[in-house]
Amino acid sequence: MKKISTPYLLLLPGFAFLFTFFILPIVNLAQVSTQTPIEGGDTGEFKQTLRFSNYVDAFLDSREQFGRSLVYALVATLIALAIAYPLAYGLAFKAGRFKNILLVLVVAPFFVSFLLRTVAWKQILGENGFVVPTLRSLGILSESTTITSTAFAVITGMAYNFLPFMTLPLYASIDRIDPRTLEASGDLYANGFTTFRKVTLPLSMPGVVAGTLLTFIPAAGDYVNAEILGGPNNTMVGNVIQSRFLVSDYPATSSISFILMAAILVIVTIYIRKAGTDEVV
Amino acid sequence: MSHKQKDASIPTLPLKAVISRWIGRNLIRIYMIAAFIYLFIPVAYTFAFSFNDSGKSNLVWKGFTFGNWANPCGAPRICEALGNSVKIGFLSTLFATFLGTLIAFALGRYAFKGRSTSNLLVFLPMATPEIVMGASLLSLFLVFHISPGFWPTVIAHVVFCVSFVVVTVKARIASLDPRLEQAAMDLYANEFETFRRITLPLVAPGIAAAALLAFSLSFDDFIITNFNSGNVTTFPKFIYISALRGIPAQANVIGSAMFFLALAIVIVGQAVTRKRKIS
Repeated sequence: MKKISTPYLLLLPGFAFLFTFFILPIVNLAQVSTQTPIEGGDTGEFKQTLRFSNYVDAFLDSREQFGRSLVYALVATLIALAIAYPLAYGLAFKAGRFKNILLVLVVAPFFVSFLLRTVAWKQILGENGFVVPTLRSLGILSESTTITSTAFAVITGMAYNFLPFMTLPLYASIDRIDPRTLEASGDLYANGFTTFRKVTLPLSMPGVVAGTLLTFIPAAGDYVNAEILGGPNNTMVGNVIQSRFLVSDYPATSSISFILMAAILVIVTIYIRKAGTDEVV
Repeated sequence: MSHKQKDASIPTLPLKAVISRWIGRNLIRIYMIAAFIYLFIPVAYTFAFSFNDSGKSNLVWKGFTFGNWANPCGAPRICEALGNSVKIGFLSTLFATFLGTLIAFALGRYAFKGRSTSNLLVFLPMATPEIVMGASLLSLFLVFHISPGFWPTVIAHVVFCVSFVVVTVKARIASLDPRLEQAAMDLYANEFETFRRITLPLVAPGIAAAALLAFSLSFDDFIITNFNSGNVTTFPKFIYISALRGIPAQANVIGSAMFFLALAIVIVGQAVTRKRKIS
């Protein structure tokens, strides 16, 4: 009897907390999403009318931002993967006795505040930085082109900011690979590329899945990179949610949030099925 | 033509081939160096501009000074913001580590009905974009007429830190050798003693790592904080607000100091574990 109840007792405080401050707010959000303004009421006053077309309106009003969020997040995730995979591979197999110190260095930049780093990128890539004048004098960039206030700046900013979320799970799963399996593959006449494709990559799949999810999800909901590094043509769903909330348009905030969450959950579910791994958590 | 002649006279590999072979062999290392340079560019920039004799706006280099480091609280309200961040980070780390570790033990140690649903409940906050979490939590607070501020921010931080604590501690529990606990039981330790003297010390590094992760997530959070903190300013929020008018160089001082402090903590922590392993 005692044995059976132990796990539930351990779960109770944490789950009571998560239920109150995570599940309940989401349920409340669902409830608010179908409300409409009270006629003649103040701003921010709404009543429940089960108006499900709020969702249609929300989607149509911000479909550009939805598209941008998904595309930017996807490209940023792929860039982060391209940077982090060889880095994690090198850390696991080539770093030798420097492994621990290099691992610390991967995470270290992220103790300088996220906003400070993003603002630093803005200065470095901006008009007063050294990158733009150099590229202009080399004739690579024309006088009228800028790097900041473009999709490029927003995407690379996100790829940079979420890089540790990609690198750490990748490192964890690559480091678990027994180097002898790679040697065995070489002994069986596989060249480097074949070994990577048929041995290393499949064995590191749990890390790839975890890393891409931990990058894609925050990137899709981000608005700070778009606000600091982007221009008026680079706004994302996060910016819409933020600005709707500021003008107390809670039904729109809620329905856009729900569409974003649903889109992410669908993408994540399909992705986990396709990648064929359940070991995300 | 001249190229062919050269090949005939010197019977070694052409330089191009030597270089490409060297690059092929060291490709990963070259790539790692490039990746680290990329990682550290904004850090180096932040550090360099902490010495800028800039006055109010730290946009253009105006000359070298130690003044900002001598007086890190020189910018108005910056140390108040830093203090809030530390307080919020400390409290939310404490709660999140406690709640998360209990959940991790339940999920990592016991088979019980509803385990997969519990795993899902832990995963969901990580799969929810911060902005949705922040907005939904604030709407709930508003329904109950709780005005945003210090404690709502702490609660919000605990919500998103708990899952990361669970995942980190659970991974540590999963890597334990169950034979160690069996051995303790064989030596007549009861369940509680086994837990206190064997399990807990072995899981402790995982709990410490989880706490460090929770603190850094909380300390660096902006989106959820911006929704739930009302007129309480945290360090990231301070930077966001002052970004419009120009960030004071003191922010760079604090950012750089945090970087070196974190580096020192991790290096000391590693030295301690290594020493313990040897002894």
